[in-house]
Amino acid sequence: MLEVAGLAKSFGGVAALADVHFQVPADVVYAVIGPNGAGKTTLFNTLCGFYAPDEGSVHFESAPLTGLAPHAVAARGLSRTFQNLQVFFNMTVLENVMVGCHLRSRTGLLAAALRLPSVLREERQVREWARAALAFCGLDHLHARPAGALPYGVLKRVEVARALASRPKLLLMDEPAAGLNDTETVEMRGLIRRIRDAGVGVLLVEHNMDLVMQVSDRVLVLEYGSVLAEGTPAQIQADPRVIDAYLGGKVQYAVD
Amino acid sequence: MSAPERPRAGGGPRPGRPLTRPGLRGLLLLAIAVAALPLLFPKNYFVTVVGVAVGFNVILAVSLNLLIGYAGQISLGHAAFFGLGAYGSAILTTRYGLNPWLALLAGLAVTFLVASLIARPILRLKGHYLAMATLGFGIIVHIVMVQAVTLTGGPDGLSGIPGLSLPGWTLKTDLHWYGLVAGVMLIVVWLSLNIVDSRTGRALRAVHGSEFAAEMMGIDTARTKGQVFVLSALISAFAGSLFAHQQGFVSPDSFSFFVSIELVTMVVLGGMASTYGAVFGAVTLTLLKAGLVVFHDYEMVILGAILMVVMIFLPQGLFVGLAQGLRRGLARRRERRAAPGDEVA
Repeated sequence: MLEVAGLAKSFGGVAALADVHFQVPADVVYAVIGPNGAGKTTLFNTLCGFYAPDEGSVHFESAPLTGLAPHAVAARGLSRTFQNLQVFFNMTVLENVMVGCHLRSRTGLLAAALRLPSVLREERQVREWARAALAFCGLDHLHARPAGALPYGVLKRVEVARALASRPKLLLMDEPAAGLNDTETVEMRGLIRRIRDAGVGVLLVEHNMDLVMQVSDRVLVLEYGSVLAEGTPAQIQADPRVIDAYLGGKVQYAVD
Repeated sequence: MSAPERPRAGGGPRPGRPLTRPGLRGLLLLAIAVAALPLLFPKNYFVTVVGVAVGFNVILAVSLNLLIGYAGQISLGHAAFFGLGAYGSAILTTRYGLNPWLALLAGLAVTFLVASLIARPILRLKGHYLAMATLGFGIIVHIVMVQAVTLTGGPDGLSGIPGLSLPGWTLKTDLHWYGLVAGVMLIVVWLSLNIVDSRTGRALRAVHGSEFAAEMMGIDTARTKGQVFVLSALISAFAGSLFAHQQGFVSPDSFSFFVSIELVTMVVLGGMASTYGAVFGAVTLTLLKAGLVVFHDYEMVILGAILMVVMIFLPQGLFVGLAQGLRRGLARRRERRAAPGDEVA
């Protein structure tokens, strides 16, 4: 589904990504892990067109993504959530998710200004889609609330709902469990599984290793911008190089 | 998609914004007020003369609010577009004898070209840098008005601009102009309300909230910002054309940097990201300025003091702040009356 080949990106001589290769099959949860500064967020930002890579290519469903602006990448069926919340705080929860339906609707500036009957029809449809996405994330009861009035854990899920409303084929989730308490983390785990079961692939960056090992079908380990290992969660947990990178070596018994 | 985790409380459609469009109730109120004023006070200077100025400022503030309040893009040069429309009409009718309506269309076309041309490069900038660039644009347009004497008449301006006439109706009196400007104003308010509560409006507000997230939702942010910039410029230029014909005279003073600042002040004073806030700000500031004239030299001092007090105590703007306070008060009252759990329609 997603093929990354030879991807490289450096900032002023610091190589954030160097020759990164991997392939994400369809409809799986694919996790990217690595110590802080390993290049995970740079990888995400490069995949979705926010950074242009120095070298290498990204293909999504066999079509190249490299060189496209983020909105064009989104139009190909790729959406994402953000490590530091990027909720639209100037809108209600429902409106936030309705923005997610942007690509599925048509109304332009002129038609909107004149409020043609077709616009009203589409508005009703968009509202339904957004409510369905909110319900999927267990947030429908909060739809009328201003986003700014809600706690962090809820907003993390609002971002997921907003991204799902665009009906993506692949969802990039940048640390969905960061800052969540245990209950919220369990909820997020359930949500990630439901997303995959609904036929949407998930590319996950996450520091919570329990979560990663529980939900992922495959795991990619980055270190200093390069691929250290790739495999199933069980393979990764048993890989001595990964244990070295994470625990500083020599303490292999610490991993169960 | 699968069923929600929690059953919906109450059932049936929920109260609130969806589809009921409370904004239109406000528009009706505004229309009634605008129609009632000249009927109640047909000879009052504040209605017939200041009222027309209020109408122009409302149009400008509402169009600027789309850009500043909703899309979050500051412009300190908005008076330039007002001026492009006005000078377009003035030059074409007085120097070339063109029909006023054709001149108006030509003014709009020029504004469309200028706005489209500068929109992309200028809107790449953010915050202070965008403020500087729009400020520069406003100053350039103003300098051209002052310096291109052969075309614009220089600092003295252009006089002898003909009036306007619609088929079967020539605008002669102040009250006629009041009617026309009020009508255009109501239409502009209606357009603004429609845009804000639509796919495009949400895209604008998304750009304001987080440009990166907006892009990831598939919004072409550069295009969206450009569109609203051009639309805002066109509305202002349209108002400018009407202004030129209404006044019969234009000079660069009406389109200077200070006018741009005043327009921004109206938007901020009323409350950003609220169409009625912009209306309220424009009405308040225009009336205040007209009323404070009696204080002669102290006019601006008092105006400045009022603005400072409002910003310190109601930073979200007069209209938005007061409306929020009122809503909170009403909600508290309702809570005290109704037993908990009651559905309030």
